[in-house]
Amino acid sequence: MIWIDVGALEDLPRQGARLVKTTAGCVALFRTVADRVFALDDRCPHKGGPLSEGIVHGDQVTCPLHAWVFSLETGMAQGADEGAVRTFAVKVEAGRVLLDAGRLAKQAAA
Amino acid sequence: MAMKLVVIGAGMASGRLLEQLFEAGFAGTVTLFNGEPRGNYNRLMLSPVLSGEKSYDEIITHDDAWYGAHGVACRFAEQVTRIDRERKVVVSKGGETPYDALVIATGSAPFIIPVAGKDLPGVCTYRDLEDTNAMIAASTPGAKAVVIGGGLLGLEAAAGMAARGAEVTVIHLMGHLMERQLDPSAGYLLQKDLERRGIRVHCKGATKAILGKDRVEAVLLEDGTVYPADLVCMAVGIRPEVRLAVDAHLEVARGITVDDRMRTSDPAILALGECVEHDGQLFGLVAPLYDQARVLAQTLLGQPAAFCPVETATRLKVTGVDLFSAGDFADGPGREDIVFRDPGRGVYRRLVLEGARLVGAVMYGDTADGAWFFDKIRSQEDVSAIRDALIFGPAFAAGGPAANPLAAVAALPPEAEICGCNGVCKGRIMQAVEAGAQSLDAVRALTKASASCGSCTGLVEQVMALTLGDGFRTATNPPMCRCTDHMHEDVRRLIRAQGLKTIPAVMQELGWTTAGGCASCRPALNYYLLADWPLEYRDDRQSRFVNERNHANIQKDGTYSVVPRIWGGVTTPAELRAIADAADRYGVPMVKVTGGQRIDLLGVKKEDLPAIWADLNAAGMVSGHAYAKGLRTVKTCVGSEFCRFGTQDSTGLGIRLEKLLWGSWTPAKVKLGVSGCPRNCAEATCKDIGIVCVDSGYQIGVAGAAGMDVKETEALCTVPTEEEAMEVIAAFVQLYRENARYLHRIYKWVAKVGLDWCRAQVVEDLASRRALAGRFRLGQSVSQADPWADLSAPKERSQWAPLADLSLEAAQ
Ligand code: SRM
Ligand SMILES: Cc1cc2nc3c(=O)[nH]c(=O)nc-3n(C[C@H](O)[C@H](O)[C@H](O)COP(=O)(O)OP(=O)(O)OC[C@H]3O[C@@H](n4cnc5c(N)ncnc54)[C@H](O)[C@@H]3O)c2cc1C
Ligand code: SF4
Ligand code: FES
Repeated sequence: MIWIDVGALEDLPRQGARLVKTTAGCVALFRTVADRVFALDDRCPHKGGPLSEGIVHGDQVTCPLHAWVFSLETGMAQGADEGAVRTFAVKVEAGRVLLDAGRLAKQAAA
Repeated sequence: MAMKLVVIGAGMASGRLLEQLFEAGFAGTVTLFNGEPRGNYNRLMLSPVLSGEKSYDEIITHDDAWYGAHGVACRFAEQVTRIDRERKVVVSKGGETPYDALVIATGSAPFIIPVAGKDLPGVCTYRDLEDTNAMIAASTPGAKAVVIGGGLLGLEAAAGMAARGAEVTVIHLMGHLMERQLDPSAGYLLQKDLERRGIRVHCKGATKAILGKDRVEAVLLEDGTVYPADLVCMAVGIRPEVRLAVDAHLEVARGITVDDRMRTSDPAILALGECVEHDGQLFGLVAPLYDQARVLAQTLLGQPAAFCPVETATRLKVTGVDLFSAGDFADGPGREDIVFRDPGRGVYRRLVLEGARLVGAVMYGDTADGAWFFDKIRSQEDVSAIRDALIFGPAFAAGGPAANPLAAVAALPPEAEICGCNGVCKGRIMQAVEAGAQSLDAVRALTKASASCGSCTGLVEQVMALTLGDGFRTATNPPMCRCTDHMHEDVRRLIRAQGLKTIPAVMQELGWTTAGGCASCRPALNYYLLADWPLEYRDDRQSRFVNERNHANIQKDGTYSVVPRIWGGVTTPAELRAIADAADRYGVPMVKVTGGQRIDLLGVKKEDLPAIWADLNAAGMVSGHAYAKGLRTVKTCVGSEFCRFGTQDSTGLGIRLEKLLWGSWTPAKVKLGVSGCPRNCAEATCKDIGIVCVDSGYQIGVAGAAGMDVKETEALCTVPTEEEAMEVIAAFVQLYRENARYLHRIYKWVAKVGLDWCRAQVVEDLASRRALAGRFRLGQSVSQADPWADLSAPKERSQWAPLADLSLEAAQ
């Protein structure tokens, strides 16, 4: 894994998200109410809604366009909807958010 | 000759009697006397009326049309003063009325403790609508109320007044509350719960005197404590209303003595309800009275029937307090207790066993299994085989943990009683559903289940859900969302009653089942807190939908639209130039005139939002809140300034209204229209609030709609001046803000509460209008700040851009 420092935890709003631009599209970094951080593609598999603009609740996010709900942990759509969003490894160390660029690079190459 | 039936008292019992009679095709004539100036209504539901959860209109059980259709001669506000048994007539101020059969259904009268000051103005009891209205009138925020009596009625009175903002003290003679239904532990939990809502409880308190010169001022206890009071409610018990029967020399013990067929000692006179005594027993809950009604109807129709009282269960109708008690739970030889406590959750359960049988159950905090235990008590079934797990309820007693929340209900046998008030069992509800009743209302209509006190509504819905499977959707008033069992209205009330001022506090205190709520409840809670605590609560941006969080409407491709406010639809060349410049500068793909008399810049990139806002701000424009559950547009027509038909300055009034109302958060969007004459070019008659100017003034209509539903406004009032129109509208908007559930447009809310109720508060009652308008202005003093200006400030701008840009690094 190649960990890249993408910013400070405090710049991520709790129960909110910020974007990281990559060559392969935007990755949304989410921070939950319990301060867990997750990284997912910022594209809803339904009609491409920006998940980073959804409401974050528990370890889930609701898409802002048509309210599909996704697990931040697995990227899977919840309930009756079917679909999945790609997830990326992310960790917090000493207040900094580190994103696994290895997976991103693979994706960009693919 | 048709039988002449006279009924004295239009209460819960006689209402049911008449229904039973007419359903069975009773052919006689009925004259119905009532001391109260109204017909039958659901007395149980006075408590929700007191707390503000229901209006009086919603609890009427029989209206004029019903009496008319059944030929009932109504003699309301007419007390029967004497019964002449010899001549078979009753005497009232309207003269004499002859009867072939007479039914006494006079209910009971509240007991007044004989202390000094008991007759002072400001002392009331809790029995009828007059009492309820007196308490509502006295329960202004900060007013002091003392309730004497900590039983069912007293506590419902206390909770209702507290919900309206009064400071309430309950004085109770015994060592713990509701001692007739609860054991001390449950009484203690109840007391703690009430105290948490700000209700003071004084147990072992004996009232010595009620103090005051011209009206009540305080209550003095034997121990010397004095509680100041603007209102005193005595709820210390009832006694059967037997005066007529005593005077007529009928046989009367504590109540009017009746036999199994509900006949008094005079065969032509029957009696039922709280005024009777049967087999040495009095009655104070409706369930047995409904049985009496059925028996009495059959007696009148000449059919055999016998009344046999059954166990009754008690629930307290205070929203948020879950309490259930049934059977007998006094200590006694041969009796054993099983007790379960979970102090963390405030849960308490106690079962009383006598040999192999369950004889009593007290539950507090979690009463979902109440019906199951009640069934075990009534069936007298041998429970020794399941004794080990009995206390955990049906899910465990049947073996294995509850995988499914419906398990408790699924485990009930078909004869288990679901609705105690009306004696409806599970099997009857299932039959009704199978016969086609798919909604709660339909089930109510067919079976009466949950149609009285309503506390079993949840259970009835669960039975429906079991029967209908996935096809069932709770129709009438479902919980807010899956995170809670509370309905929107409860949550609003509890936020105020318990002084909850943050989203975590609401979730904690009201027992949310999820950690951070969901996308449905969080925006609602954020709104409720903003509306109720304008000066204290801080908006939670992360609990807002994207459009309100970003103060722009998201488009299908993730770009945004920007709509500046164009006050009353009037703009200037300078504003238009600034809009055009902004459109050029940010490459706006479409500029569109909206249906709301303003201009929409569609397709703006998120990172450009702060800059385009700053440019529009520089030209004097602010956010049009085209995205908000708040004031949208005030459409106007040209009015008297230019139009040859205009009667008033509709454009000017529209602008002034928009300046008054902008920035306020509301349950759903609010749109206004102001037309200068009845030709109505501003389409004011299909807006949430519409004003049509006429020569003599301003006609204000409300509750129109022209979106998914189309509906004409209803007339609220006509006022002579602009000032008055503005004040009425501010008050009306505030009433809506304080009472409606989140996402209900005005027309939906008015359909629920009734336009008369609104009119009473914003038109007829001047003091209430001023208070509402005052609270509106208070809220506006903090909410009228342009969000665009705040969010485009340099220190805020970074949050609109990505946190990091790895695409550049990769390219390097
Ligand atoms: C821009 C506009 C259409 C236009 O090009 O003219 C518009 C655009 C939208 N309307 Fe509208 N409505 C617009 C006037 C109306 C009108 C006409 C009016 O206001 O006179 C109505 C009917 C009147 C009414 O509200 O009763 C109207 C009834 C709706 C409804 C149905 C509301 C209802 O309760 O029935 C929705 C859906 C909703 O709110 O849930 C809606 C929702 C929307 C949304 C917000 C859909 C969405 O969630 O994204 C659209 C946003 C587009 C955008 O990005 O700007 N729009 N919408 C109009 C903006 C007016 C303004 O200046 O603010
Ligand atoms: C606030 C409140 C909440 C309650 N909650 C519950 C509950 O949750 N569950 C429950 O089971 N029970 C509850 N009860 C009790 C229930 O309402 C009574 O048991 C029931 O109303 C009694 O019915 P009734 O017909 O005997 O008398 P009532 O409903 O009292 O009707 C008697 C009527 O007779 C009229 N009347 C009396 N004398 C005369 C006369 N001489 N001439 C003409 N008219 C006369 C009275 O004006 C009255 O309208 C509650 C009661 C109150 C007050
Ligand atoms: S009617 Fe309103 S919501 Fe529907 S497409 Fe048009 S703008 Fe969008
Ligand atoms: S685009 Fe996400 S739910 Fe439709």
